[in-house]
Amino acid sequence: MATQTDSRVPQIGQRNKKGQLVTDPNELFFLSPRTSSFLTGSEVIREAIRRASVDFSVAYPITPQSEASSLVGELYAEGYVGDYMRGESEFAVMGQCAGAAFGGARVFTTTAGPGTLRAFENFPMWAGSRLPIQVVFTVRGINSPLTIQPDTLEIAFMLETGMLLWHAESAQDLFDYMLKGYYVAEQPEVHLPIGVICDGFFVTHTKDMVMMTPEDRTLPHYDPYRSPVVCMDMEVPPVRMMRDPFVMKSNYISYMTHASWQLEIRAAIERSRKHTVPLLDGLIDVENPDAEIMLISSGTAVSQAREAIRLFRARGEKVGLIKIKTLRPFPTEEIRKATEHAKHIFVPEFNVAGWLAREIKSTIDRNHRVVAGPHVAGGMTMPPEIIVEEIEKHMAHRRNKELVHG
Amino acid sequence: MANRIQINKEFIDIMPQDYLDLVDSGTFENPNRGWKDFGTATELIAEHSLCAGCPESIAFRHIMASIPNPEDTVMVGSTGCTSLVFPMIAVHNIHSLFGNQNAIATGLKRALAVRFPDRVKDVIVLAGDGATVDIGLDMTLQSWFRKERFTTICFDNELYANTGGQESGLMQKGFLAKMAPVGKRFEKVRLPEIARESGCDYVAIMTASKPSLVEKVIKQAVLIAREIGPTYVQIYTPCILEIGKQSMEGLQEMRTSEAPGERFKFREFISPEAQSFLDGLAEKKKAEKIAATT
Ligand SMILES: Cc1ncc(C[n+]2csc(CCOP(=O)(O)OP(=O)(O)O)c2C)c(N)n1
Ligand code: SF4
Ligand SMILES: [Mg+2]
Repeated sequence: MATQTDSRVPQIGQRNKKGQLVTDPNELFFLSPRTSSFLTGSEVIREAIRRASVDFSVAYPITPQSEASSLVGELYAEGYVGDYMRGESEFAVMGQCAGAAFGGARVFTTTAGPGTLRAFENFPMWAGSRLPIQVVFTVRGINSPLTIQPDTLEIAFMLETGMLLWHAESAQDLFDYMLKGYYVAEQPEVHLPIGVICDGFFVTHTKDMVMMTPEDRTLPHYDPYRSPVVCMDMEVPPVRMMRDPFVMKSNYISYMTHASWQLEIRAAIERSRKHTVPLLDGLIDVENPDAEIMLISSGTAVSQAREAIRLFRARGEKVGLIKIKTLRPFPTEEIRKATEHAKHIFVPEFNVAGWLAREIKSTIDRNHRVVAGPHVAGGMTMPPEIIVEEIEKHMAHRRNKELVHG
Repeated sequence: MANRIQINKEFIDIMPQDYLDLVDSGTFENPNRGWKDFGTATELIAEHSLCAGCPESIAFRHIMASIPNPEDTVMVGSTGCTSLVFPMIAVHNIHSLFGNQNAIATGLKRALAVRFPDRVKDVIVLAGDGATVDIGLDMTLQSWFRKERFTTICFDNELYANTGGQESGLMQKGFLAKMAPVGKRFEKVRLPEIARESGCDYVAIMTASKPSLVEKVIKQAVLIAREIGPTYVQIYTPCILEIGKQSMEGLQEMRTSEAPGERFKFREFISPEAQSFLDGLAEKKKAEKIAATT
């Protein structure tokens, strides 16, 4: 039986065919020496995949991930990735990824915006089939009108797919989340697909300093037998085993089977916490925890919010910030605790819907404290002054109301 | 008893009889396996929940008896009547979505090639005509364009059976069906010809009436897909329920439809590369026979 201890698969302490040392994940993340490089987000994706022992990757062009997915192709040509192909559409790509994951491969792909929605039927199927595929969403706007600009609306569609969703603020986050994401997603008690999200252009097409693990060290290979479900490779025959049997003709139990499996997927998302918290140093970061005004955000909106805090600080006013790192699992308890004392909560977002504000409103008490804004959409930038202005406008309005109704 | 298919002795008293039978008298690792094993060996297909007399079930049995390498074969299905059978098949098989079967098979075959570079792992798709020709057509064709190394089998019942008998691309022109209220307006899609033009190295169109023919075609299709390129087999499995036939009338319906001049008359396309591969196999077999008799 081919297992992790199969002689063809290099083990921790051994070198792969590219000469990379297969390294214990925690050692790779925390102990291996890091050096800084000045890279675009697309190049960061390539460098993370170089270190991730990926077996199979499928690419399909869509801005702003086309460069990253073709760079992964270059890695394949160099021998770092087992197999690589261009699919024919995002729906097919996600099916090809699923097929490879069913067959026991570690899989990587990327997409954005219209590609995410074209592929959509696959994502809940991945989760239901417990396939720990990683997809990087370099989020962009959704038609119509056609736009290629950064916008986080597509994340709203992803929230109930049963996938783990981590939202990177920066290129550094992206690098770390991609490597750590495989580790968490592949834990047997989790074993779910993971979407690592970064904001298109803002992260993919800008250059940033990134502290990277050594090029000659890589994650251990995926072990498809450390899984809650059977790998479809006929290495453990001959049980009558279908992945994943649907339940339509057994009406007596079909609703129970489906419902309990759906609940199990949600439970698996929650079980990912205990692996994620030590790796990401918590699901949220908090700055100025005792401030009465708190900003809560994810992705690059966090960076803009941090700048806004700086503007307030220059004026001697204290504003706090909560950075959400994981959208699934959603840091409900963490946010409740961190906002307990807050009087006003602002949620800056790069989308028209304000889905993050809605999530927060549905989790905390006294949710009239939450102001869903400021929003920009369709590729507009969010200068920190806009955030400051939104807060001031709101506070002035509140003061007027108090005066009138006193 | 086969070598790879074994059971841990500690489990013998708790495993179901069906499992023990598969281990004892399943036709794994038997290069001469075929439909003639019926009645003496445990079949890879157990009971199913298709309509009584549905020709899909007999076609399925013939195919499962014929695949050359079940101990290293993974099958991919799709939504439809065929997927009522798959849970009862004793090779690993995947159901995921409706119509994506050739995309799943593409990734699966490539993953198995990466993970087991020195071993044979066959992948076989088996799906309905709606899945193959309508909703999944782009993925069917694209896998052939790319020369993906697996077999695609289409159970052509000329309609969407599982949702109640709606028009499909493989339905005959003029047929009155749900969603074709005045009769289907366009010709039955010529997928076998399209398959040939799209890069398949072996194409066959047939019915499931003759087990020996199904066996020959399936073996060729799987071996050619393993060594040469994509293969396509289209089998008429009439939906007796939707065309108003009785349980025992399926076989006759298949025989009528494969008569000379009829739409399911047996046809085969073999590319020159596939033909020389088959010739090589035949020669090897001959040599083995001579060696055995002398
Ligand atoms: C995306 C999607 N669209 C539609 C369906 C509904 N559906 C289930 S089975 C089926 C028809 C299957 O027809 P065919 O592939 O010919 O198989 P058959 O049942 O005839 O054997 C349809 C339309 C579905 N499951 N998923
Ligand atoms: S509906 Fe038609 S194809 Fe489906 S099981 Fe019944 S007879 Fe067979
Ligand atoms: Mg059909």
